[in-house]
Amino acid sequence: MALFKQHATHKSLLFMRNGIIVFVLLAFALATLFPIYFMVISSFGDPVEAGAASYTLWPSKFTLASYRFFFDYSEYSYRWLGNSLIVAACVTVSNVIFASLAGYAFSKIRFKGRNVLFAMLLCAMMIPYQVTQVPLYILIVNIFQMENTYTALIVPSLVTVYNIFLSKQFISSIPTEIIESAKVEGCSQLHIYFRIILPLSKTVMAVMAILTFMESWNTFFWPFLVTNTMDMQTIQVGLKSFRFANTTYFAPMMAGATISAVPMFILFFSLQKYFLEGVTVGAVKG
Amino acid sequence: MAHLAKTIRKRMFGGDSAWAYAFIAVALVVFALFTAYPVINAFMISFQDYKPLGSTYIGIDNYINSLNDALFWKSVKNTIVYTVLTVPVSLLLSFAIAILILPLRKWMQTMFKAVYYLPAVASGVALSVVWLWIFDPLQSGIMNQLVGFFGGSNQNWLGTSATSMFSLVFMAWLSSHGTSIIIYLAALLGIDNSYYEAAELDGASFMQKIRFIVLPFLKPTTLFLLVTGIIGSFQVFQNAYLMTGGGPDNATTMVGLLIFNNAFKYFEFGEASAQALVLTLIIAVISFVQFKFLGNDVEY
Repeated sequence: MALFKQHATHKSLLFMRNGIIVFVLLAFALATLFPIYFMVISSFGDPVEAGAASYTLWPSKFTLASYRFFFDYSEYSYRWLGNSLIVAACVTVSNVIFASLAGYAFSKIRFKGRNVLFAMLLCAMMIPYQVTQVPLYILIVNIFQMENTYTALIVPSLVTVYNIFLSKQFISSIPTEIIESAKVEGCSQLHIYFRIILPLSKTVMAVMAILTFMESWNTFFWPFLVTNTMDMQTIQVGLKSFRFANTTYFAPMMAGATISAVPMFILFFSLQKYFLEGVTVGAVKG
Repeated sequence: MAHLAKTIRKRMFGGDSAWAYAFIAVALVVFALFTAYPVINAFMISFQDYKPLGSTYIGIDNYINSLNDALFWKSVKNTIVYTVLTVPVSLLLSFAIAILILPLRKWMQTMFKAVYYLPAVASGVALSVVWLWIFDPLQSGIMNQLVGFFGGSNQNWLGTSATSMFSLVFMAWLSSHGTSIIIYLAALLGIDNSYYEAAELDGASFMQKIRFIVLPFLKPTTLFLLVTGIIGSFQVFQNAYLMTGGGPDNATTMVGLLIFNNAFKYFEFGEASAQALVLTLIIAVISFVQFKFLGNDVEY
């Protein structure tokens, strides 16, 4: 017994009920996926100007010409993708390492100021980013003069509070006895971290890596602020300037949008379990 | 024994402070430099007429100017309208869908979760490009074709004040519930079957089970989604910036966008900081009120 009766007296009734449910869900799924479908399908159209284009839901012919157009139009198209990859990869690796180190320290080692420091981090999570954006911009651009560098793109998100919180929650659930007995055997803290904590928290690290990579790949705001030449832009910023440079070319725009989304789609379908798991971490207890 | 274990633990972990500080060092430096310092700095800037070469202290003028600025209040109003139209609808939709997914087989649950979450994986910029074309003002735009099919007339969706806010809301309706569906579903799966069994023995109907078991159990989840949803909605910037730029006639200028414009279009850093701090205050008050009125019997 559950919320829904699974043992209906009439089998056909149960069958019909589930049929209707699946139909409703599919109908709504179609509406949800429509923009993505529209993006992908239109990217295979001819790279003609919008006035001549017809917005069909099923193109009469498939061509990759718009993709070629996208890469030919700007000499930086490949560079944008490369920049995004470099930034997202650096941010992801450093977050996994430093957030898990901090998470381990906050959850399993006693030290002076632990609670105060952690409370400070938690408070920071509630402050809207609008508050820090101006001082952060002044700091990076005017004081450090790092405008238009990879450092400026990467450094502010080297380790985020959310990831520290995530790994602290997870590492708390590792029994302290394991760590204690390792200490009795003469293990140093560094050894404990590498030999015990790391292997046991692979799941949360995978979740962290995926969510951080996605966040970093998709971020538009910060790269938009701190880059001022085409060659340092990430794909998201490049996509925007591409759009404004040339609003009338419909299919190439969709090709660009598709290209920027494809790496994330591939990651999503191959690591779906971790994506979906990651969403609930911190939101649902137990 | 427990006492002994405690002393042993204390002894063993007591000497590890140095290690602990080493482990959190990078995190602390990043936090101090890129969060704590900017927050303090924002306070200082908000009382200044900020200039790269020598700022002047002007007291609370930035705050007074903002609070007397009609555009500031209009942007607050726009943000509230956007929030009221999107957050509750998204919650209701997510709840209904999660309930519908629940009786299905495991593989179907996974499939629908993945399908609904997919738009969250695509970047906001890519999706905004697509939506711009869905809302294309020409007769051939998809939205116009759809409205035409139902007998409506051609609209300049993003270009007129009457429809631009609705267009942004519509876009949010169709693309922002994947996360809440998964969170609701996880919470629903966490409800023990024995409650339903007991209710069924008492002859409870489906709606009664929803009313007396599901809703009370999902209250903490709903509160969480409501608070995070409203906080997120108050900071909305990207869609308004990319889709309408705040126009037409500031009909879609949200607080987040106004602060961005003040800071990076007009370089009024002082005023932008003051407005950001007012925004923080508004968000804090809203969250506090929600916890006060909805969360009094919620346990975490």
